[in-house]
Amino acid sequence: MQTNILQYLEHTAEQKPDKVAFSDGSDDRTFGEVLSSSMSVGSFLCRLGIYGKPIVIMMKKHPDEISAFLGCVYSGNFYVPLDTEMPPKRMELIIASVSPAAVICDTASEKVARSLGIDNANVYLYSDICETPIDKTALDCVRLKQIDTDPIYIVFTSGSTGVPKGVVACHRSVIDYTESLCEALSFDENNVFANQTPLYFDAPLKEIMPTLKYGATTYLVPKKMFMFPTLMLDYLDKYHINTVCWVVSALTQISALGAIDNRSPKYLKTVAFGSEVFPIKQFNIWRRALPNADFYNLYGPTEATGMSCWYKVDREFDEGDVIPVGRPFRNTDIILLCERDDGEGNVKAERAKVGEVGEICMRGTCVTLGYYGNAEKTASAFVQNPLNTVYPETIYKTGDLGRFNERGELIFVSRKDSQIKHMGHRIELGEIEAAASSCPKISRACCVYDADTKRIVIFFSGDADKRELFAYLKDSLPRYMLPSETVKLDTLPLTPNGKLDRRLMGEMAVKLESK
Amino acid sequence: MDKLIEILKDLHDDVDFESTEGLIDDGILDSLDIVTLITEIDSEFGVVIPPEEIVPENFNSAQAIMALINRIDED
Repeated sequence: MQTNILQYLEHTAEQKPDKVAFSDGSDDRTFGEVLSSSMSVGSFLCRLGIYGKPIVIMMKKHPDEISAFLGCVYSGNFYVPLDTEMPPKRMELIIASVSPAAVICDTASEKVARSLGIDNANVYLYSDICETPIDKTALDCVRLKQIDTDPIYIVFTSGSTGVPKGVVACHRSVIDYTESLCEALSFDENNVFANQTPLYFDAPLKEIMPTLKYGATTYLVPKKMFMFPTLMLDYLDKYHINTVCWVVSALTQISALGAIDNRSPKYLKTVAFGSEVFPIKQFNIWRRALPNADFYNLYGPTEATGMSCWYKVDREFDEGDVIPVGRPFRNTDIILLCERDDGEGNVKAERAKVGEVGEICMRGTCVTLGYYGNAEKTASAFVQNPLNTVYPETIYKTGDLGRFNERGELIFVSRKDSQIKHMGHRIELGEIEAAASSCPKISRACCVYDADTKRIVIFFSGDADKRELFAYLKDSLPRYMLPSETVKLDTLPLTPNGKLDRRLMGEMAVKLESK
Repeated sequence: MDKLIEILKDLHDDVDFESTEGLIDDGILDSLDIVTLITEIDSEFGVVIPPEEIVPENFNSAQAIMALINRIDED
């Protein structure tokens, strides 16, 4: 029975010790090497006598960073990956909320790591500890003690109030995710992944876990590569990359600059994307470039471990259409919750009917343990299933709104907090964005609401000018939904994760008014 | 050249683009900046930069970008 994610690594390292597991193009690490360095790091941490504690990993994106993660797991601790480029204020907040027992850094991040106010005696260089003699007895002892609901990692998501929230996930959730993701996307040992996302989120589990499970290979693509589409295509060809699971922005960066109009990646056969709505125009450029590839839309919150829903593209999409997020992975249940007034002032929760918009809630092993050291925020999002009044059952409320279409596919509608009340009307900002994105000359659109001045502001990029967009929206939206202001930008700002930076645009909207 | 410097200044006000080299190598410009630059060069200079020219060497300094614009403009 599998109760620990390390069983994937141990099994694969025995079968394929000399196959490359992780590479950044210049440094390769085989499964045998990953196993031995992870066990060394684990043995080192055991020797320090730390158990069940958060360990901060602050390293540049490199195969060794993954060994550092797994080393923490070997020692029965959990890793907290941090990015050295994070704003110092955010880093301080995170450090304060986890109080790490130790920090593992590399030479590039050592200076930053030593300036965080942590006792310098607890800051260790990876290169100093990765060859620690393996203490098999100590590691076995840890393994015997551990259960599958023990944490593996804490990753931080941005909280709407600006205070980051640390999501804690356990072995059982990650195993569940690995198994169901691999099944849905038909992964096996022949997958060669190009990882795009930074390693300090749960997103890279998409590549790391199938690689460990099957003995596949993951290339950690340098960030710079994403700036230069032609170099990126060279890279994909050079390393025979056949699978990418990227945020939409990384894919559109390549297609929007015309790089795949006359050339397509030679080996690519699986393109998974997610975290954002894929503008159909760009999506169709990709499909034309790779007519034989499988395309998957993935969706899921960090709080439900990686991704939770998938849709394999099985039909044509025209501009104005929305690609569904499909159906939940096996062993995950989606509840679309609707709150209904019974006429006597009582609010009752029910499953939404077909076509009706409800809040997307997750039920299952995928639901993580909650927010680290934040009982209040945990209690507001990880709640008792309101449809079950007879025994304790926790579900996670995503704050995302969705609906099921007539095919039974889940459609993402918008964030719950993007639903606004404007001039007495309930408006989904996502609906305005969808209308704008269907305008042929618009590449992206983002709508925000300034509640103080009661203005809907739309930011957009593309070839259209403000007047054209407004004229187009007038034809497609009721009058009360028309933005009070349209702002054209060359590109819309993105978060470090590659999603539209709605908070920043919200601030920009407020500034526009005060100018 | 002044027009180009102005576009760059709009991206990063704090950089002295007249003399700075290594805009890419030192991580001064990011991927959003590249998209913005390409869009701006199109609208300000009427020059469309083809994808095969979007490589680090052509964007490492203001001089390099200007040379790229002139070269494509002449073709």
